[in-house]
Amino acid sequence: MDIPARLPDPRKREKKMYRFEYHKATSLEDAASKRSTADDATYLAGGMTLIPTLKQRLASHSDLIDLAGIDGLAGISVDGAVVTIGAMTCHAEVAASAALRDAIPALADLAGLIADPAVRNRGTIGGSLANSDPAADYPAAVLGLGATIVTDKREIAADDYFLDLFETALEEGEIITAIKFPVPKRAAYEKFPNPASRYAIVGVFVAETEGGVRVAVTGAGPCAFRVSDMEAALAGNFAPDAVAGITVSADDLNQDLHASAAYRASLVTTMAKRAVAKAAG
Amino acid sequence: MAINVSLSVNGQAVSRDVQPNRLLVDFLREELGLTGTHVGCDTSQCGACTIHLDGLPVKSCTMLVVQADGARITTIEGLAPDGDGGDLHPMQEAFRQNHGLQCGFCTPGMVMAGIGIAQRHGLPSNDVIRAELDGNFCRCTGYHNIVKSIAAGAKAMAMTGAKTVAETGGE
Repeated sequence: MDIPARLPDPRKREKKMYRFEYHKATSLEDAASKRSTADDATYLAGGMTLIPTLKQRLASHSDLIDLAGIDGLAGISVDGAVVTIGAMTCHAEVAASAALRDAIPALADLAGLIADPAVRNRGTIGGSLANSDPAADYPAAVLGLGATIVTDKREIAADDYFLDLFETALEEGEIITAIKFPVPKRAAYEKFPNPASRYAIVGVFVAETEGGVRVAVTGAGPCAFRVSDMEAALAGNFAPDAVAGITVSADDLNQDLHASAAYRASLVTTMAKRAVAKAAG
Repeated sequence: MAINVSLSVNGQAVSRDVQPNRLLVDFLREELGLTGTHVGCDTSQCGACTIHLDGLPVKSCTMLVVQADGARITTIEGLAPDGDGGDLHPMQEAFRQNHGLQCGFCTPGMVMAGIGIAQRHGLPSNDVIRAELDGNFCRCTGYHNIVKSIAAGAKAMAMTGAKTVAETGGE
């Protein structure tokens, strides 16, 4: 097969994205140093959100620093009661991991519900959490399991991590390196997906952990949040009926063309019931 | 600043200077003339741009060329490298036999996704195929014959032990 010479006018579509410089980081230190010396740099993980955002000109950066070449950031290891997932591990790998499926099947199931197979081959858990899209799936699992976000600087408890819309506890330039998930006694995730994008209109992760029952919601609010009333009810009676009468206020919930805030509030209860039924299985 | 990238495309070594904001799909189509990879939605929904990157289906409209430096890429053109008159890849042949296309626009992406489904699932059920086609849109067929094609193609691949160029390295 002959590959022909350059065809005319390949520049037309290049104008879609603003120009930026690209660097492949060789280590965490290299990445942080490249970022701090650039004008307005950002990190690139799988790029499944960043690249569409750049294409739509919703963002522009002077420099992209690709984390894909840094050794040791991908992979899944199970060590007794803790599962550690490297930040650059793609969703497909999380969904397919037999070791994870043994330890926390609900987390493997959740990863298999993100976007579609081709996107799951590129998108990463660290990228998803750094971005903290209000409708992303991973935040529900991280908060629902009481995971720990490990960065190049420190460890952050899930309860302290999600702050607001696309806002996390990460400091400027801080890099997520791994996520540590405690293995729960039982857990399940139920999601009501947007039929086009597969993002969660509402997703609820329920877990019975060593530290008690946790209920975490994604898709409904500006960022993932817990429902303490449901947690208290489930601590006494881990059954769908226990949460059937508990509703969250629609006041601060998301509202868009796909679902009203009141509908999202209703879905929180419905998805919680289903998740509890699945976990109690 | 242009960056030099070296990658394998359909078994051929390619080395070019590219701008960092150059999308992989545009590079394949406009610089290498591999126009079998299509741009449909351009927002990573439709899957017409699906190629194999180191053996895995990915959406080439949502990837920079510079991210593919050092990678092994297979496009629809690489499945039956002998071109006209040569044997089709079993998945392509299954689409032909089962009328798995009408206008054909989504077909390259469907075939590349279909091979990925066969490689992951062996002999997938129709339900599995439909679920796995979440990221590939067809606006003509109603999917029915696409599902039939992928089931038949997976069966043929299992029987022939078919490999893509990415797996064989173009040998």
